[in-house]
Amino acid sequence: MAGSTADRIDITGFNLYYHATRALEDITLAIPEREVTAIIGPSGCGKSTLLRAINRMNDLIDGVRTDGGLRLDGEDIYQRGIDVVELRRKVGMVFQRPNPFPKSIYENVAFGVRMGGNGLLKTRLDEVVERSLKEAAIWDEVRDRLQRSAMELSGGQQQRVCIARALAVEPEVILMDEPASALDPLATAKIEELIFRLKEKYTIVIVTHNMQQAARVSDRTAFLMLGRLIEYDKTSKIFTSPSNKLTEEYITGRFG
Amino acid sequence: MSLKAGRFKYFKEELIENAIRLTALSAIVSIFLIFLFVFKESMPVLYDQVVRQEATVAGFFRGLDWQPVSEYPRYSFWPIILGSLKVTLIAMLFAVPVAVGAALFSAEFAPARLKEVIKPMVEVLAGIPSVVLGFFALIFMATFLQRLFGWHIRLNAVNAGLALGVTIIPPIYSLCEDAISSVPRSFREAALGLGATPWQTALHVVLPAALPGISAAVLLGMGRAIGETMVVLMAAGNAPQFTFDILHSTRTITATIAAELGEVVFGSAHYHTLFFLGLLLFAVTFVINLVSWSLFDRLMAKLYGARN
Repeated sequence: MAGSTADRIDITGFNLYYHATRALEDITLAIPEREVTAIIGPSGCGKSTLLRAINRMNDLIDGVRTDGGLRLDGEDIYQRGIDVVELRRKVGMVFQRPNPFPKSIYENVAFGVRMGGNGLLKTRLDEVVERSLKEAAIWDEVRDRLQRSAMELSGGQQQRVCIARALAVEPEVILMDEPASALDPLATAKIEELIFRLKEKYTIVIVTHNMQQAARVSDRTAFLMLGRLIEYDKTSKIFTSPSNKLTEEYITGRFG
Repeated sequence: MSLKAGRFKYFKEELIENAIRLTALSAIVSIFLIFLFVFKESMPVLYDQVVRQEATVAGFFRGLDWQPVSEYPRYSFWPIILGSLKVTLIAMLFAVPVAVGAALFSAEFAPARLKEVIKPMVEVLAGIPSVVLGFFALIFMATFLQRLFGWHIRLNAVNAGLALGVTIIPPIYSLCEDAISSVPRSFREAALGLGATPWQTALHVVLPAALPGISAAVLLGMGRAIGETMVVLMAAGNAPQFTFDILHSTRTITATIAAELGEVVFGSAHYHTLFFLGLLLFAVTFVINLVSWSLFDRLMAKLYGARN
């Protein structure tokens, strides 16, 4: 890999065990700054697990153990004494199903900032909410109803509010776990456009089962199968001339 | 072959269906009959001239004395209404924080194994007959509290309120625990993913999301507290005095009915007055239930929007 950009996330020989089974085996990949990296692979291959390893969301599940290295800006995030709360503020997450809180749109976006407890003035908070909603390309649709429940929005709008909510905390990395899989094609297109613009500022890792989507939005693609990394390369290379037979079979739809 | 069924082919089916339909109907009918009976027996205070010489609705809300067996009987509801309110309020102040806190702990923070201990224990608590709890409050708790705080009156509203609180902790706990557990996991993940601590997640996301269920649980608990009889009859001292002092003996609506109806002269003014009191109690608990349902719906609409 030509190292023109700095690597933000550096995964080396990373294993994840769920009780006795090894869900991720010896994963090594470096995720560069301000690019979109897609993780693809058949169902149950561990792509979501790998994504969730990056902000330690797997900690919530009983019986999960890890070893090997997973570094964010050179710092091993699994070492003792890591502040997981701070880590998750640096590494934001957007989930598969839009999951706004049953609160107003405003409160959804302000949530992370409020929980961070830096006691922003109301006007400052208003600015953060507006900026985040604009960044997530949803401001024009919700500016008149910021105090209405976010649950009243359509699925695609909800997902963009969830993205705005993640942006408000000013993360450096954004993890997206199949962010468009519960949405219709139009809403999906909006989310993809948004991802394309967000990579100017953020490092984005996206899990998707939709290969066209990976081809459209990502700069690099990692192909996972049965918990192993089969191939990782520039997206253009993966989709035109993959070096591994399995990758080729998968992207041409022979299984998956 | 014709598909027409023989007339008696599904006779057994129909028999069973009708039998269980009857059991459902009988529950509704018996509630209705009870209400009708209480209503009928309480109405003479509105029209019976002989009864009205002693007891009228206006009279119930005049004066401050409940003295049904004196030469000039007085039937002011105020001391016993106040008694019910005092005891219920104390019970709620004690039970709601305990029950909601315990529910939050066991649904959010307790390790699975501890949770498996807490839930059945609370159910055991719910199974204690209220007379046993009343007995405990009357004999042991009252003395203990009096020694501890140096109270002048052993059996008082606080003693009864605390004992009453114990009886309503289990139902409030169970309903709150259900409400909190059914908050989708995705809300928790979203909050934690935004860098909220587990406690912030519980307080700012999970509790508000469970608020419709929690408030309904609290109101239903309040209905139970107002209607509970045995514990307050045993632990409150049963003096119907009009005082806001929570360290005085007091008497509730339920205890009054329970204590006096057994010895009242059938058809007397006192008898019909007690039924009217019962009607009042019925109305109050009915209204609380209605409020609880409508509050639940309104909060759900506010939180989750008109779409759901």
